[in-house]
Amino acid sequence: MGSRSSHAARIPDVDSIQRETGFSQASLLRLYHRFRALDRNKKGYLSRVDLQEIGALAVNPLGDRIIDSFFPDGSLQLDFPGFVRVLAHFRPVDVEDHGNRDPQEPEPLNSRMNKLRFAFQLYDLDRDGKISRHEMLQVLRLMVGVQVTEEQLESIADRTVQEADEDGDGAVSFLEFTKSLEKMNIEQKMSIRILK
Amino acid sequence: MGFQTLVPFGPWNWLLFLVALKCGGASSDLNEPTNSSPQHEPDVRFAAASSEPAETVSVFALDYDYVQIPYEVTLWILLASLAKIGFHLYHRLPGLMPESCLLILVGALVGAIIFGTDHKSPPVMDSSIYFLYLLPPIVLEGGYFMPTRPFFENIGSILWWAGLGALINAFGIGLSLYLVCQVQAFGLSDVNLLQNLLFGSLISAVDPVAVLAVFEEARVNQQLYLMIFGEALLNDGISVVLYNILIAFTKMHKFEDIEPVDILAGCARFIIVGCGGVFFGVIFGFISAFITRFTQNISAIEPLIVFMFSYLSYLVAETLYLSGILAITACAVTMKKYVEENVSQTSYTTIKYFMKMLSSVSETLIFMFMGVSTVGKNHEWNWAFVCFTLAFCQIWRAISVFALFYISNQFRTFPFSIKDQCIIFYSGVRGAGSFSLAFLLPLSLFPRKKMFVTATLVVIYFTVFIQGITIGPLVRYLDVRKTNKRESINEELHTRLMDHLKAGIEDVCGQWSHYQVRDKFKKFDHKYLRKILIRENLPKSSIVSLYKKLEMKQAIEMAETGLLSSTAFSMPHQAQRIQETKRLSPEDVESMRDILTHNMYQVRQRTLSYNKYNLKPQTSEKQAKEILIRHQNTFRESARKGHSLPWGKPAGTKNVRYLSCPYSPPQPAGRDVRVAEFTDHDGSDAEVPSIMFNTHSPTGSLQEGRQTQEIIPMKNLHRGGKPAHLGYQRNRTQEEQLGGGRRVVLRPKPLFHAVDEDFESGEESEEEASAIGSRWSAEHRPGRDLQGSHSPLLQSK
Repeated sequence: MGSRSSHAARIPDVDSIQRETGFSQASLLRLYHRFRALDRNKKGYLSRVDLQEIGALAVNPLGDRIIDSFFPDGSLQLDFPGFVRVLAHFRPVDVEDHGNRDPQEPEPLNSRMNKLRFAFQLYDLDRDGKISRHEMLQVLRLMVGVQVTEEQLESIADRTVQEADEDGDGAVSFLEFTKSLEKMNIEQKMSIRILK
Repeated sequence: MGFQTLVPFGPWNWLLFLVALKCGGASSDLNEPTNSSPQHEPDVRFAAASSEPAETVSVFALDYDYVQIPYEVTLWILLASLAKIGFHLYHRLPGLMPESCLLILVGALVGAIIFGTDHKSPPVMDSSIYFLYLLPPIVLEGGYFMPTRPFFENIGSILWWAGLGALINAFGIGLSLYLVCQVQAFGLSDVNLLQNLLFGSLISAVDPVAVLAVFEEARVNQQLYLMIFGEALLNDGISVVLYNILIAFTKMHKFEDIEPVDILAGCARFIIVGCGGVFFGVIFGFISAFITRFTQNISAIEPLIVFMFSYLSYLVAETLYLSGILAITACAVTMKKYVEENVSQTSYTTIKYFMKMLSSVSETLIFMFMGVSTVGKNHEWNWAFVCFTLAFCQIWRAISVFALFYISNQFRTFPFSIKDQCIIFYSGVRGAGSFSLAFLLPLSLFPRKKMFVTATLVVIYFTVFIQGITIGPLVRYLDVRKTNKRESINEELHTRLMDHLKAGIEDVCGQWSHYQVRDKFKKFDHKYLRKILIRENLPKSSIVSLYKKLEMKQAIEMAETGLLSSTAFSMPHQAQRIQETKRLSPEDVESMRDILTHNMYQVRQRTLSYNKYNLKPQTSEKQAKEILIRHQNTFRESARKGHSLPWGKPAGTKNVRYLSCPYSPPQPAGRDVRVAEFTDHDGSDAEVPSIMFNTHSPTGSLQEGRQTQEIIPMKNLHRGGKPAHLGYQRNRTQEEQLGGGRRVVLRPKPLFHAVDEDFESGEESEEEASAIGSRWSAEHRPGRDLQGSHSPLLQSK
């Protein structure tokens, strides 16, 4: 691939990105190539359309929401740091990292909490910090085949919220969400091997 | 000969045959089945029959000899098919043992019958039948269904593993057995080195694909899958090449010693044979791809071309003493990409199914032959040889796996774990290939052929049954699934969500290995090859080829009613739900969990799940359709109702502009104007549903302030009169019904069976649906006149 350093230098702000996300130079370079490849019209940023052109996302039940997660706060353009920031959530967790991490620094993007936060925002569309029953129902609808009737879906949504809801407000807050998933190996589930 | 009626009924036939045998009094030895005996039999028979003067005109006679061989072969195949049906009826069985177990058992059964009824001349396999008729379909099928892109991305590892592995195994086993043979006590000293090497080469041919089905459900990672697949693919070729070379050696050096020059010549020959075969295969692949470019109007011969050219490549390679197997594999791999785009949908299906059929028939027959020769008197059992063979097979496989992968792991970005290597080691199941090669050893050069055959059979039986049955549990054990089955609904839902999320992000990241080489090849491919080999007027994006298979018009329309009925429901229910709370019994929870588990969408598998024995109906396709329809729905619903989307401006306003535009190439410079078109079938010719499908999720695209949809004509509409959809022939009658009016009649044979119930309840909303349908079309009318070069897309009336 030639001399990596010269290529990496082409990425703007590569050092700050690296610090923020923790990606290696090689991974950043690959991501940069991917970013450029997705950016068909060479605009320098990605728009929703560019991401929608990834065919596989069209058949992913959560495709839309995944794309939206790249565009926080309703922005229209996705630049490379933003792109990498989202993907950084999926970096595999380095166990050593946690050991000698400086507690003053903010948590790395791929910590368990941040991964959970990322997943949480897929549910919580209105960003009020809670998953209401209605939002749960919407997610269920997306993820379940057409043969399940609406009533069944509603009862499942009810039950889901009930199980996780501890303070009885009829919605699942972020803490309740994390509590309901405490047994799950989030670090492994939400990590992509190639994003070392 | 009088009247002779051929009476084909099964079991009675055996009885009659026995009776006839006694009368005929022919006696050939069952123990030496050569292909001369079936020919002697009829002669003797004929003589016997004609020597008895026929006194009366026989009103009712039996002529079994005339049909014997095809008849018995057909019976065998039918028996195996019935066994397979039975096998799959009990749904847990395919996950427990590989299907080859079943075939072997049936073969043994047939062998027992033949032995028991003292059938003197069963059909036998000889060298030409095997190599010319039985082997090519099996190899062709393997090559055709191979996932090309991942294969080529990993080709280095695969060649390293399959090629070197086969060689190491062959020579290792051969040499070790030779050493064992030197020990006087075993009585094997007459087996010389060459014979041992030959035996080693034939016993090292593995058929691991047979076990793939067993651990398919365990999430085997893609690389592992490819290794096994690649090994299976190349292994046959390599062992046959080795076999032939060593046989040539054996013939040559029956009386002399081998000189080093000959060994060098052998190695050189190996390389030439391999590469030459691949070369011819690629050439034939390109030729056939080129020819399919011109077969628009006679699509019936498309499968024929594909099969004939593949077979031809095999034969030509064999003529030149090159490796026919590698040739046919290379042909299939090359041809597949271009042919699939060129041929019509029905030809594509035909090719797939016919290939599966041929290969399964071949394999069945080989297993039958194996069964026949198992139950018989032609064995020579030598404890030492058999046991050591078995032991060495395992030992050398272990050595080759761990050594080769240890080395290759140094160079791989994603090394194979020990678990993966164990799985690869354990999946070294032998199959029909080894048996055939052993069976076809020339007796003159191998006086102890029977011993070899016996040993081969033992190894096959052992590996297939014992390894085949235990590999499933082993893989599941190694997979270390979390044992808490009692996941709450929450966990289930969230887990699946995360799986989908992960798959989506992986797709965003794209594929990373061997980036540059593949890109270069793709560029070359696009610039030159596709221009020559692919028909014109075909949409070229890969997304299109996915959608080609979807019958979008039906789906869209059905979804419209589906959508309406679901919204009709949700309103009234919402009011009630708030009151109803906690009274849910555990059974309810259980049933809810079950509903959730069974109905949630599967995560998209990046590896193609390959099943050797049947083409599974693509559940993932069905799922993909549902998801796509949903996208379409949400877009339409929001556009129609004028919802303000959480992330953008209200959609119902001026942004919904319907302009027409000519079909734009997949990567246009500017994507300004698109059209959403919904043609109803005004015309009575219902051949081609024009597919307007938006590749992009429309909800997000509204963000851009304009429609972002793309026309993707499903097939070139100039192909008159040909149904272009895959497999949904039954829906065509609907299209014909639609021919009359403008209404969107919505009573399709559902693609999704369960939605029926929604229909029953949502009937009154059909009116609305059709109203909407016509409203959509009304909006498009003005747009149609602006058509450019794609007026055929619309049937403007």
